[in-house]
Amino acid sequence: MITIIDYKMGNLGSILNMFRRLGIEAKLTDKHEDIAKADKLLLPGVGNFSRCAGNVAQMGLRSLLRDKVLKSGTPLLGICMGMQLLGNDSEEGPGEGLGLIAASSIKFRLQPGETGQKPPTVPHMGWNHVAAAKEHPVLTGLEMPRFYFVHSYWVDCASRQDVLLESSYGGCRFNAGIANGTVIGVQFHPEKSHRYGMQLLSNFAAWRP
Amino acid sequence: MSDPTGLPPLQLPPMRPRVIPVLLIKDGLLYKPQGFRAPRYVGDPRVAVKIFNDKGADELVLLDMSATPQRREPDYALIEEIVSESFMPIGYGGGIRSVEHAARLASLGVEKAIINTAAVESPALIEEVSALLGASSTVVCIDAKRNLLGNYKVFTQNGTRATGMDPLAIAKESVRRGAGEIIIQDMKREGSLAGYNLPLIKAVADAVDVPVVALGGAGRPEDFRMAVEAGAAAAAAGSMFVFQGTHRAVLITYPTQNVLDDVFRLG
Repeated sequence: MITIIDYKMGNLGSILNMFRRLGIEAKLTDKHEDIAKADKLLLPGVGNFSRCAGNVAQMGLRSLLRDKVLKSGTPLLGICMGMQLLGNDSEEGPGEGLGLIAASSIKFRLQPGETGQKPPTVPHMGWNHVAAAKEHPVLTGLEMPRFYFVHSYWVDCASRQDVLLESSYGGCRFNAGIANGTVIGVQFHPEKSHRYGMQLLSNFAAWRP
Repeated sequence: MSDPTGLPPLQLPPMRPRVIPVLLIKDGLLYKPQGFRAPRYVGDPRVAVKIFNDKGADELVLLDMSATPQRREPDYALIEEIVSESFMPIGYGGGIRSVEHAARLASLGVEKAIINTAAVESPALIEEVSALLGASSTVVCIDAKRNLLGNYKVFTQNGTRATGMDPLAIAKESVRRGAGEIIIQDMKREGSLAGYNLPLIKAVADAVDVPVVALGGAGRPEDFRMAVEAGAAAAAAGSMFVFQGTHRAVLITYPTQNVLDDVFRLG
């Protein structure tokens, strides 16, 4: 059972749809007792870092999620803004991340091409390839995967040890996935990434760290 | 180009521009007009979407042509049925007149709310949708037609109402209000398979700093590359993905990833 944390930030329909298709039990909740009992957590999120971090704090989820991961060792997958929330902070605005991985979200700084064309537009939107920076059970069976991204900020890790996946946009090499202990984050949207996303989410469901 | 990691570049294939099938819905069924006229019956939208999903389409746009003219809201039941079986980003347009409509679509799993008529008639909606869903989920679709003097003008209400507005002015104003993507369609080329209106695409892409999606006229995969060379971030097409051959037999298709990589010369 995957417990999806509903902290009132965005579109959770697609994630539920994909778990339904995979035949994996998943439920959406904002209740502390459900989260406390969960054996696997998913932190989604789209939109603005400050609003997301603010909702997490206001709903009293920050210490609960930190305890679940750090004391109980519960696997936690952060998707998109959910990945950015795993770090400490963001250039996008004030707010406290969960501090589960030593990282800060920074804005894409893209420059014009060598022949003077306009720099690529931000957000980085569309399908992109990723390369694994280390081995991990959630990457099982993914060969030359492509994932759907929509984001303007990316998670810069203090330690390269925490980098799971990398990608590149407009000449900028950035972290597309991070992992440390039972925590994983992916910047892309597996729930909108066809069979590659299905593979990743079913790997997460099967993962027994 | 500076790389903040200080590491050598990754050995990854380059990112390919998005290629987006556009499906037009009328009274719950799939139709395809030509130049905004004479819509031809194509089939069941659920079946078509399933095919695009199986073929791994980059993204999908659904436009309900009948919603705004019939003054009704989106057909949420149909959209839910389609979206729940699709695992790619889906944009929906047609009848979005309030931020509540957009919010309800987002809760079903629709990635992008596409605004056309309201972008001209009540542009404050763009700000509300953008504040709620974020700029990248707020798309304005501009239908434009060249008049006898050679100037492009914007049409709304599924191409039936002339607004007299300049498409570049609407594009800039929409982005100023929070649109994160602009779809630009030359109405005369819709369904023509004769190629995109490249100067119009270039003019819009030069006018705004958000992704521009080319629509109207694509007839062969090379057209996608030409749209991107003109400045589009993505290429969209309708007839090309639902008809085949000179007699326009109905056949739902989508190019393979290899074909698309070749078209953009990435292979």
